[in-house]
Amino acid sequence: MHMADALLSPAVGGTLWAASSGAIAYCSAKVRKELDDRKVPLMGVLGAFLFAAQMINFSIPGTGSSGHLGGGLLLTILLGPRAAFLTIASVLVVQALFFADGGLLALGCNIFNLGFFPAFVAYPCIYRKIAGECPGQARITVAAVAAAVAGLQLGAFAVVLETVSSGITSLPFSTFVLLMQPIHLAIGIVEGVVTAAVVTFVCNARPDILQGAMGARPVAGPPLRNVLLAFLAAAVLTGGVLSWFASGDPDGLEWAIAKTTGKEEVAGPEHGIHGMLTALQEKIAFLPDYSFRKPAEAKSAGPEAEGGAKPAEETRKEEGSKLGTSLSGIVGGLITLALVFLAGFLLKRRSQAA
Amino acid sequence: MSHHLVEAENLRHVYPDGTVALRDVSFRITHGESVAVIGANGAGKSTLLLHLNGYLAPTAGEVRIGDLSFTKKTLPEIRRRVGMVFQDPDDQLFMPTVYEDVAFGPVNLGLSPVEVEGRVMVALERVGAEHLRERPPYRLSGGEKKRVAIATVLSMAPDILVMDEPTNGLDPFARRRLMELLKDFRHTKIFTSHDLDMVLELCERTIVLHDGEVRADGPTLDIFRDDGLLAECRLEKPLSMQGCPVCGSSSKQTEKGG
Amino acid sequence: MASIEGTILDFKRLDRLARGGTSLHRIDARAKVLVALLFILSVVSFDRYALTALFPFLLYPAVVLALGNLPADYFVKKVALFLPFAVAVGMLNPLFDREVMVRLGPFDISGGWVSCASIVVRAILTISAALLLVGVTGFPEICRALERLGVPQIFAVQLLFLYRYIFVLTEEGARSSRARELRSFGGKGLGIKSFGSLVGHLLLRTWMRAERIHMAMLARGFTGQFHALQPSRFGGRELLYLLGWSALFIVLRLRNVPDLLGSLVTGALR
Repeated sequence: MHMADALLSPAVGGTLWAASSGAIAYCSAKVRKELDDRKVPLMGVLGAFLFAAQMINFSIPGTGSSGHLGGGLLLTILLGPRAAFLTIASVLVVQALFFADGGLLALGCNIFNLGFFPAFVAYPCIYRKIAGECPGQARITVAAVAAAVAGLQLGAFAVVLETVSSGITSLPFSTFVLLMQPIHLAIGIVEGVVTAAVVTFVCNARPDILQGAMGARPVAGPPLRNVLLAFLAAAVLTGGVLSWFASGDPDGLEWAIAKTTGKEEVAGPEHGIHGMLTALQEKIAFLPDYSFRKPAEAKSAGPEAEGGAKPAEETRKEEGSKLGTSLSGIVGGLITLALVFLAGFLLKRRSQAA
Repeated sequence: MSHHLVEAENLRHVYPDGTVALRDVSFRITHGESVAVIGANGAGKSTLLLHLNGYLAPTAGEVRIGDLSFTKKTLPEIRRRVGMVFQDPDDQLFMPTVYEDVAFGPVNLGLSPVEVEGRVMVALERVGAEHLRERPPYRLSGGEKKRVAIATVLSMAPDILVMDEPTNGLDPFARRRLMELLKDFRHTKIFTSHDLDMVLELCERTIVLHDGEVRADGPTLDIFRDDGLLAECRLEKPLSMQGCPVCGSSSKQTEKGG
Repeated sequence: MASIEGTILDFKRLDRLARGGTSLHRIDARAKVLVALLFILSVVSFDRYALTALFPFLLYPAVVLALGNLPADYFVKKVALFLPFAVAVGMLNPLFDREVMVRLGPFDISGGWVSCASIVVRAILTISAALLLVGVTGFPEICRALERLGVPQIFAVQLLFLYRYIFVLTEEGARSSRARELRSFGGKGLGIKSFGSLVGHLLLRTWMRAERIHMAMLARGFTGQFHALQPSRFGGRELLYLLGWSALFIVLRLRNVPDLLGSLVTGALR
C-alpha cells in the first residue's frame, strides 16, 4: 500500500509533497490553537503505540495468513482528524527513514494516501455519521468497516494514479486497478473489524476517553462543501498531471481517435459536438486500456497510425542512446561503478586509520 | 522559613467516578523535615502527592505551600518550589537527551542559556550523572534513570522534594546509592514508599494513610513499634526490625531504640 | 514486518552510529538533510530507462559511508533487505514491456528489463540515502533541522516524542505479544479477538502514560511552548558541503558521465 520512490516521478511526487506539507501546516496551526497542551504528549505516545501495535499480528479467520493493524482510522477516532493526521504523518516519517517504507520522495504520497483519506474523508463522512458517541458493538463494527473500506479504497486508487502517472512502471492502468482495489477491499474489511474490536474494548473500559475525544469537537464533521472542494482540487490536480503525460504522447491519442473515427483530426463545427463526444468517449475508453507512457503499444499501433507518430523503433533507439543503454554507455557504466567503489574503499581506509 | 511549609487542612478528594480517595487529611510539614507517607495500595498516597504541586485540586479543604495558596498565578512558582519525581522515570524523561531533560525546567523558567547550563551541570553533579549528559534516556539503566529524573527536578532549585516510590524497581546497589544521595539533601523531603527499611533510615517522621485518612502521624520508630496499627493498615515492620531469619533472635534495633 | 525486538535493536544501533565523532557527523544537520533531499530528487528525476547514467550517483552513499565511518556490511544488508518491497511492482515491467531495446552481441534485452534494472538501481540509491542520513545525523537532529528549515514546531516536537517513546512502547508491546504467544497453541488464541483486547490494553496504558507525562511536563513549568536550546551554526563548512554536492548532482544529472567515459575508452581502443 505504500508508494515507493523507485516508481515515482518528481512531478507527481512533488505535487503530493506540496499537498501533504500544506495539510501538515494546516493541522499544526489548528492543533496549536486548540490550547489543549495535553495533546502534545498524547500524540507522540499514541504514535509510538501505533508503531508498536503495527508489529503485533493476528491471524485472519478463513485464510491462513496473518495481518496487522493499519491504524489510521483508530487514531482518528481517538484524536480527531487534525491531530490524527499529524500523528499518522509522523509515524510514516519514521518508517520512511528507518525502514525504507516507501522512501523520502514517496513520503508525500504516503502521508496523503494513508493520512488524508482516513482522517478527513472516511472518519467524518462515514464513521461519525454511522456511529455516534459510544454506541453498541454492532454499530461500531459497521461504521468502522465502512469507513476503513472507503478510506483504503481511496488510498489504493490514489496509489494507482500516482504510480501510473509517474510513468516509470510499465504496468498498465487497468491491470493495476484490478490488482489493487479488490485486495484493498479485503484489507479494508479486516482493518474495520479489528479497529472496531479495539474501539469496543476502549468504550467498555474507559468510555471517558472516547467521550473526551468526541466532545471537544463539533458533532458534524467538516462541512460537506469543504470535503467536496478538496476532492475537486485533488481531481483537478490529478487530471492535470495525467493529461500532461497523456499529451506528451500524441501518437497514442491520435491513434485512438484515428482507429475509432477513421479520421485523424476531429471534424469541423458541424460534427463538432459529435466529434467532441467521440473524442470524449475515446478518452474514457482510452484510460483503462492505455498505459500512459508505453512505447510498446505505440509500436503495435505503428502500421495504423497515420502521420504524426515517429516510427517506434527509432524513438526507442534514441531514448536508448540518450539514457546510456548503448554499448559505450554500458562500458562507461561499468567503469564508473569501479571508480565509485575504489573511491569509497580508499576513503574508508583513510577515515578508519585517522 | 515559613515559605517552606507544606500544609494540608481537611483535604478531601473525590474522583469523577465517585471514588473517595482522600477523606479528611490534615498535616503540617516544616522546613527540612524528612517525612514518609506510607499505607496500603489504594490508601490515597499518590492522590495526596498530586495535590502538592497543584495537579489535582481538592474537592474540599485546602493545601498551602508556604504562604501561597493555589491559584493560576501562583502555580508556576509553586511548581518551582515543589519538585516532584514520579514513580516511572520514563514518564519524566521525555526529551531526546539527558541534558535536554534536565534543562527543560530551567528553560521554562526563562533562564538564559548560560544560567541553564550552570543549573544543569550542578544538578547532574549532585546526582552523580555528569557523564550521562548526552545520553538518550533509553540507554540508561533503571538506577541512572532515577537519578537523572531527580536531576530534572533539582535543576529548578526547589525547596521541597516530593518523590513517589523512590526505590521502586532498583537493584540493591542502585538503591543504596540513591539513599546515600537523598540523605545528603537539605530540602524538605516527602516520600511515599513501600520500602519501609528506607523509610526507617531516611525519614524521622512518618504519616500513615489508611482509606483516605491519616491514621498516624509521628516519629517513624514509634509507628513501626505499634504492631496493632501496622496490622490494621496492611503494613509490617521494616525487615531490619523483624526477627533475624537465621538465628531467630529479635533484632537489636528494637532493643537499642536506634 | 520484522520482529519487534529486532526493530528496537535496529533503532538503537542506528542511533549509536549517529553519535560517531567524524567530521561528517559534526556538520550541521540542515546541510545534510538538504543534500540528501537533493540527491533523491536528482535520482528520481531520471527517465524510466536510465541505467548507467545513475551509476555515478553511487558516489554519494559511498562517500558518506566512508567518511562517516559507518559499517558497510550493516548498511548493505539493510538495503538488500528493503529492496524487494520497493521494487515489487517494478518486477512486472519485463512482462509488459517486451520491445527490444538493446542488442548486446547475441543478446536481445527488452525495455522491460532495462526499466526494471533502473528501478532496482534507483531503489538502492534512495534507500541508502535515507538510511545513511540517519546514520550520520541521528533522528533527533534531523527533527531539529527540519524545524529550523520551516517545519511547524508542533510537528517537529511530535516526531521527537514519537521517537523517544517508540522504545518504551515497542518493549511494552513486545512483552504483551510474547505473553500472548506463549499461551496460544497451534494458532488458537492468535485471532482478532485476543488482538483487540491486547492492543486495547496497550492503548489504555499508553493513554494513562500520556497523562503522567503531561503531569511531569506541567510539574516542570511547561506552558505549551517548547523553547530551543542552543542555536546551531550553518557556517562555511556547511555551505561548502551543500554547494559541492549540489553542483555534482546537477552535473551528473545533465551529463551522462558513464557514456562519456565509455566512449573515451572504446574510442581509444579502436
